[in-house]
Amino acid sequence: MVSAEVAIDGVSKQFRSGALALQKISMRVDKGEFVSLLGPSGCGKSTLLRLVSGLTNPTSGAVKVNGMTPAAARPLMSFIFQDATLLPWRTVEQNVGLGLELEHTAKALREEKVAKMLELVGLTHVATHFPRQLSGGMKMRVSIARALVSRPRILLLDEPFAALDEMSRDRLNEELLRLYAEQHWTVLFVTHSVAEAVFLSTRVVILAPHPGRIAQVAPVELPWPRTAELRLTPAFEHEVSRISRMLRGVHSAQVEMLATDGGVA
Amino acid sequence: MTRLLWFALKSMVVLAGLLALWQLAVIELKIPQYILPGPVPVAEAVVERFSELLTSFVLTTEAAAMGLAASVLIGVAVALVFAQWSALRQLLFPYTILLQTVPIVAIAPLIIMWAGSGIYSVALIAFIICLAPIIANTTQGLISVEENLLHLFLMHNATRMQVLFKLRLPNAMPNLFVGIRISSGIAVVGAIVGELFASSSRVGVGGLGYAITYASAQLETDYLFALVLAATALGFAFFFVGMFLEWYFLHNWHESSRSDIPE
Repeated sequence: MVSAEVAIDGVSKQFRSGALALQKISMRVDKGEFVSLLGPSGCGKSTLLRLVSGLTNPTSGAVKVNGMTPAAARPLMSFIFQDATLLPWRTVEQNVGLGLELEHTAKALREEKVAKMLELVGLTHVATHFPRQLSGGMKMRVSIARALVSRPRILLLDEPFAALDEMSRDRLNEELLRLYAEQHWTVLFVTHSVAEAVFLSTRVVILAPHPGRIAQVAPVELPWPRTAELRLTPAFEHEVSRISRMLRGVHSAQVEMLATDGGVA
Repeated sequence: MTRLLWFALKSMVVLAGLLALWQLAVIELKIPQYILPGPVPVAEAVVERFSELLTSFVLTTEAAAMGLAASVLIGVAVALVFAQWSALRQLLFPYTILLQTVPIVAIAPLIIMWAGSGIYSVALIAFIICLAPIIANTTQGLISVEENLLHLFLMHNATRMQVLFKLRLPNAMPNLFVGIRISSGIAVVGAIVGELFASSSRVGVGGLGYAITYASAQLETDYLFALVLAATALGFAFFFVGMFLEWYFLHNWHESSRSDIPE
């Protein structure tokens, strides 16, 4: 058996407030998989991503990335946040080159890599612009370029397109898939959009809240390569409604549980 | 452009009207010149004693600029230390507020007594009142960094120094300039207050504050008015230079520019 790219083994996370964010999560992500974490808010999907990146540590259990601790595996990973999180005082090219600069990559090599990456994501014409001159979709594209320029093996995305309009979101999803096909990363993608998860993923992991736990795992049964036209097919619609039903099942089970407990949501 | 000219013209008319009213009041109410000189004697005083006025103006400018520059250097350094060691910040930050609340007029004589008279003592007084706004604002900017930006730096295993100089310090620039804007106004006040107490090495020659005490003692009210005008202009100039530097360093990425690139 090949070793898992990301292995999460019996991980629980309790916040300092005492709230249990995640309870005994175990899952593995193999090399080249595109796994979406789907679930209602409060199910701990962002927390799970932070555990994998090593930005927080589990209360119990272990996370291994490529056989290493998350902190040690950081050079292999790139994190894309919900908002573009660009440095407003840096131009687009300076933002994209930030990681390389922090890792002391030689200036000439850095500039070359940045220029190539800007070309790849179609940002060359705004290389010397400042973030505030760009639209939300463009800023997100800069953020993606910054994450990809260090040639990561593993991409962690935390609801990256949630704040964008549907058209920008669809377009960036298509672009992400095009790059995924070229660069073969392993991806963990947090979202609350079923359609987005279905379009992008090889597998969807549905989380249930209070405390966060894995409710269901579903491989996405759609062919590759996927293009914009896929969204218009009956097969796509079928997958979206199948996953939606699973998600709704989790949700109603939750409501029932609260009702029998006499609990207050 | 014609609108600007028109506005300038209207402003000039208002100014001329006010000056005429002032002169008329002085003449009609028969106010003696040592109580309230009209604008004409004040203008004459400016012209006649221009070199003397200029000397005072330059001395005060130097003292205030030195004080302000020192407060920026020391204030930013203190803020950087505060940002790195929060325990130290919690312990010492209240004292920077003390620095701001202590009445400068009350401690100025003490400073002169300890440090002697002369431009450096005056600059020291300007420095003291400028320091608190610089420290408080810069510290605020250094510690209020967006959490995700910190995470981004952590993901690249950035060192503490990289976080400080590539993230926290640029993030604090707008706050630093707010501090400079506040301090640039009070630097001039501080220098003038200092000069009120610092005697000059040469009789009759000193900064604006010194010249103000001298002129009032001699009942040279027309020159006193000229000095007040000069002090006001100096405060304005400091404020304007601060604003210009803020614009120069920040206009590319902060506040002014706007979205102009279609996707």
